Amino acid sequence: MNLIQLLKKLSLIDFMKGFTVTLKALFRRKVTVQYPEVKTPLSPRFRGKLALMRYDNGEERCIACKLCSAVCPAQAISIESEERADGTRRTVKFDIDAFKCIYCGFCEEACPVDSIVETNIFEYHMTENHERIQTKEMLLATGDQHRKQTIENKKKDSRYR
Amino acid sequence: MKEFIYSLLSFLDPQWINLIWSLLQIAIVTICLILTVVFLVLFERKVIGYMHSRVGPNRVGPMGSLQSIADTIKLLLKEVIIPSKADKFFFLLSPILLLIPALAAWAVIPFSPDFIIADINAGLLYLLALTSFGVYGVILAGWASNSKYAFLGSMRAAAQMVAYEIAMGFALVGVLMAGGSLKLGEIVAAQSGGILNWFWIPLFPLFIVYFISGIAETNRHPFDLAEGEAEIVAGFHVEYSGIGFAIFFLAEYINMALISVLTSILFLGGWESFFTGLTILENTFFAFLLEPSIFWLLIKTLFFLFIFVWLRASFPRYRYDQLMSLGWKVLIPITIAWIGVECVMYVMQVGPWSIA
Repeated sequence: MNLIQLLKKLSLIDFMKGFTVTLKALFRRKVTVQYPEVKTPLSPRFRGKLALMRYDNGEERCIACKLCSAVCPAQAISIESEERADGTRRTVKFDIDAFKCIYCGFCEEACPVDSIVETNIFEYHMTENHERIQTKEMLLATGDQHRKQTIENKKKDSRYR
Repeated sequence: MKEFIYSLLSFLDPQWINLIWSLLQIAIVTICLILTVVFLVLFERKVIGYMHSRVGPNRVGPMGSLQSIADTIKLLLKEVIIPSKADKFFFLLSPILLLIPALAAWAVIPFSPDFIIADINAGLLYLLALTSFGVYGVILAGWASNSKYAFLGSMRAAAQMVAYEIAMGFALVGVLMAGGSLKLGEIVAAQSGGILNWFWIPLFPLFIVYFISGIAETNRHPFDLAEGEAEIVAGFHVEYSGIGFAIFFLAEYINMALISVLTSILFLGGWESFFTGLTILENTFFAFLLEPSIFWLLIKTLFFLFIFVWLRASFPRYRYDQLMSLGWKVLIPITIAWIGVECVMYVMQVGPWSIA
């Protein structure tokens, strides 16, 4: 080790450089988003909680074709169907296991009648284990609750699909 | 305040008054220290947060000021888990063994010319003894936990303490030579007369070495190998929960404050004002700035505490062999060399001191 290197080491110049970097950062603008009060913008394509949609007349869209359950990579969807009195095929059971679901959005893309959709809700929780199974009623209720917002988002995104 | 207490209790025997005054001083210092730790934890989190471009804790109380109180309450209410294979007696003893020397060392710290709990003659020696005594708590904690990681952490702490204790002792020898006394009050008195008379100029290398080995002594970043999170989880206190962990935390921060206050006393003139000797300020509104007072000591201490936090935000942890080579091959030779230089300065009468 030559003399210049030794002096450089002893003068702690590298430490001073490191200190200036962090000291500058001390006065930099802070980037924290104060989450519950302030939220970051969400893309209309955001894939959040799953929901089932209805037609404008209130009839459920799902025709129990089981394409979504077939395409689901996590096998989170289980469907049972029956024939109604008016001859249409409808589901009697439409369960999504929220723990299995990976929010890939394949079910939404596979759906021929735009029944199953992903809303942009990501703030939800469950306190009991059995609540992870989202039944047909729960999914339809989610769809009804966020119908307006979801339709708006899908409309915005439709240009790019 | 001392006079007030003495006059209030004048009907008692003088011995009893002295005892009461000492107990009162101890209570004041201990409470202030615990409040300092409460402040320090928040200070550290805030400063590191700001250095990361975050805002740090800001939910509990205005600007997050009650965050550390909330944390303390949480820790005190948590269950104390004692591992079934642990040595129960030493497991419970070691946090206390760490805390007692950390608190006891403050007995000889002169906060201002007339506020010192025990003005003993061998103040510096006492400090040296007590600051190294803390390592027993660390080693016992690691050993009593009966966990490999805790034991590894405490072994590292022991080796580190031995290495840096020597550099620290030599740095103190330099101060001792310059100050001409082991009494901390007299060391500060030897530095009176303006910022140029403080020991940090003639003893600059010792000042740096003392602070670095102080950081190593307190097991703080970047020398916190004893608790390196990445490889040995939390080191010696990995098995502690609840109040045991809280005591380790308390002791660490009290030690941090101790090193800061000692550096200010030994090298930056303790309670002396920054502006002593500035005759312009006399007879003006700012004349109070010339007065030596405890606030100067607090400002200097806060500065060093800021450096502690600043270091933690800036640098990665040292590797073990780097730590050892820094201690043995760099710091100790520097201190020995500078003591030689000091001897020459002493004989040639170069420094601000004179042969008594």
